[in-house]
Amino acid sequence: MAGPLIELSDVEKRYGAQRALAGVSLSVAAGEFVALVGGSGSGKTTLLKTINRLIRPDAGRIAVQGEDVLAAEPHLLRRRIGYVFQEVGLFPHLIVGENIGVTPKLLGWDRDRIAARVATLLELVDLPTEIAGRLPAALSGGQRQRVGVARALAAEPAILLMDEPFGALDPLTRDALGSDYRALHDRLGLTTVMVTHDMAEAVLLADRIVVLKDGRILADGRPADLLATTADPDVRALLEAPKRQAERLRARLSEGAA
Amino acid sequence: MNERVAAAFALLPDYLAWHVVLSAGALALGFAISLPLAVAASRSARLRWPVLALASLIQTIPSLALLALFYPLLLALSAVSQAVTGRGFSALGFLPSLLALTLYSMLPILRNGAAGILGVDPAVREAADGVGMTSRQSLFQIELPLAAPVIMAGVRTAAVWTIGAATLSTPVGQTSLGNYIFAGLQTENWVFVLFGCAASAALALVADQLLGLIEVGARDRRPVKVIAGLAALLAGVAVAVAPLVGAAGRPTAYAVGAKNFSEQYILADLMADRLQAQGVQVKRKEDLGSAVAYRALAAGELDAYVDYSGTLWTNVLGRKDNPGRAEVLKQLTAELQRRDGVLVLGSLGFENAYALAMRQDRAAALGVGSIADLARRAPQLTLGSDLEFLSRPEWKAVQSAYGLNFKAQRSYQPTFMYRALTSGDVDVISAFSSDGRIAAQRLVALSDPKGAIPPYDAVILVAPRRAHDARLLAALKPLIGKIPVEAMRAANYSVDRDSGKASPAEAAKALERRLGF
Repeated sequence: MAGPLIELSDVEKRYGAQRALAGVSLSVAAGEFVALVGGSGSGKTTLLKTINRLIRPDAGRIAVQGEDVLAAEPHLLRRRIGYVFQEVGLFPHLIVGENIGVTPKLLGWDRDRIAARVATLLELVDLPTEIAGRLPAALSGGQRQRVGVARALAAEPAILLMDEPFGALDPLTRDALGSDYRALHDRLGLTTVMVTHDMAEAVLLADRIVVLKDGRILADGRPADLLATTADPDVRALLEAPKRQAERLRARLSEGAA
Repeated sequence: MNERVAAAFALLPDYLAWHVVLSAGALALGFAISLPLAVAASRSARLRWPVLALASLIQTIPSLALLALFYPLLLALSAVSQAVTGRGFSALGFLPSLLALTLYSMLPILRNGAAGILGVDPAVREAADGVGMTSRQSLFQIELPLAAPVIMAGVRTAAVWTIGAATLSTPVGQTSLGNYIFAGLQTENWVFVLFGCAASAALALVADQLLGLIEVGARDRRPVKVIAGLAALLAGVAVAVAPLVGAAGRPTAYAVGAKNFSEQYILADLMADRLQAQGVQVKRKEDLGSAVAYRALAAGELDAYVDYSGTLWTNVLGRKDNPGRAEVLKQLTAELQRRDGVLVLGSLGFENAYALAMRQDRAAALGVGSIADLARRAPQLTLGSDLEFLSRPEWKAVQSAYGLNFKAQRSYQPTFMYRALTSGDVDVISAFSSDGRIAAQRLVALSDPKGAIPPYDAVILVAPRRAHDARLLAALKPLIGKIPVEAMRAANYSVDRDSGKASPAEAAKALERRLGF
């Protein structure tokens, strides 16, 4: 397809007097892995949710795969776009297999095709197949988020939106899940937009980092370029934080070894 | 087995069947209305407040009053329907009971329904949007299944309330387990009262447990339990209702009415016996208020009942004069025929007048023999009355004729009124002259020198549509003029006395034998 896969132009959103998005424009090309980074209230989650119309913007234009998002039927649009939630949001009364198969079922796939897809996805996110018959309550936090990723991928979407997907996990699980997902992104040729407040995660996983503050884009670029080019002190502080942390870690750990 | 317990068991199939039909119907209807309302309330904050407030408001209306209010409302609607479509419907009995109980059952279902749906984790609701569900798919596939345990808890509360409140449908003419309680209260048959309470409580308990099984099934996502609970509920309703289905094939029954005291029960039994001897089906509508009974008869919902000339004279015709016993009866017969087409078949032969009565010793000590004497002492005395008397025109007539002004006035069920007099809680009561307790409890009925209280001949009233019904007339006409007041008093006392009580049916049989029928 020619042109960007996702295109936002001058998108605005207000909550009462507060401006969550103050005219944001952003293009995402097919195959890109974009991280939206910023502090609380920066507008990063609002921006993500406008892409599949979980939030309707007050002004601006949004196109996904060339189609006007604001003119589309929201539920039909969302079935084409995978979404991974911060709080996972698995349906507690449905078993894992039903949770993963929910969007294909809405699309009217037959049972055999759904069952085959569920098995493929469980393998893809590195979960044992027998887990399909369990309720979400019987899973660990990491397993649940793997199911969340599988559910988002179920209807074979080209685009995956992720809202702080690994935020609630312990560091080891988080690291493993992050790199596993990055591998999936490459293997399946996905286009991913991920919200995170963790710059280290963004630098490690994303091809491109978009920094937001007060509903505006402060910086936008490849991780390495961003540090070299930006003059904004906020952006520099954000980018340097993980580097400084890593250096301090190394120093302290080598002290202990000596 | 004790005779009274046996008598109570004999009535159980009919009472229980109606009670179950009524409460199950009200609950099903209440659920069908409340659940969509709860969904709407959970979707719209603007709707939520008024809907829940209205349901709470209905709940604050005493349930007996709610049932009573539906009668005039339905009567008016029936009249409108009669005028518009040419077809009316019965405003007495099943319909007002069903509608009032339906309203009554709604609050817990509404409240729990809205709370249950709103209580679904917002993250889960957003996930339903996110995976591409429409609002309706989210409701049916995610929100309602997750809210089901909370909703079911509301249904359980509603079921227990409805089954309890259904006992109150007796006074609007609907048979229920309440018939035990109301009849037992009137005739001091405590076995009946307890039996009615126990049966109603047992029914509520069973329904609650079965609904609880469904609730647990919904909570633990065990469809087997849900299905088992539902199946048991349906089977229970089917078994309980079976006696009614058996009765449905029989020819239409004649409805014989009774107000809420012993003499009325006995006379209703007497009339029913006579009708059954003619080979017709009879159903009883008991514990009706005076005004309800007459309007029900005029509307054709009752076929016959006994009323009293003075009651009709003052309450129905609104007359304040007293032209004498014979003249009242004559004018009444002509006027009711002309106005409502109601047939006054004739006087049974005795009067049951309102009379102010005191204990003999107390009357002698105070020097009171007439209502005129009483007026001088009244400011130091307390009046006990039945539930109707103080709001009836006869009381206003007596009060203004003699200038009666009591220290206090209290209302009782007739049974308790006599108790209050013997125990000294009240000094004077509004007694009935045919009541056997006047003589038995050494009471004196005060004379009425000014004739302020009209005559009260007991008369059989026949509904307009039965005025030419040969079988009904053949059954009831022989009773006219045949019951002397002594016979009625004896029959009443056999039911009202404290020990060796007879049931109204037994008293009716004894009265028939005594009169040689």
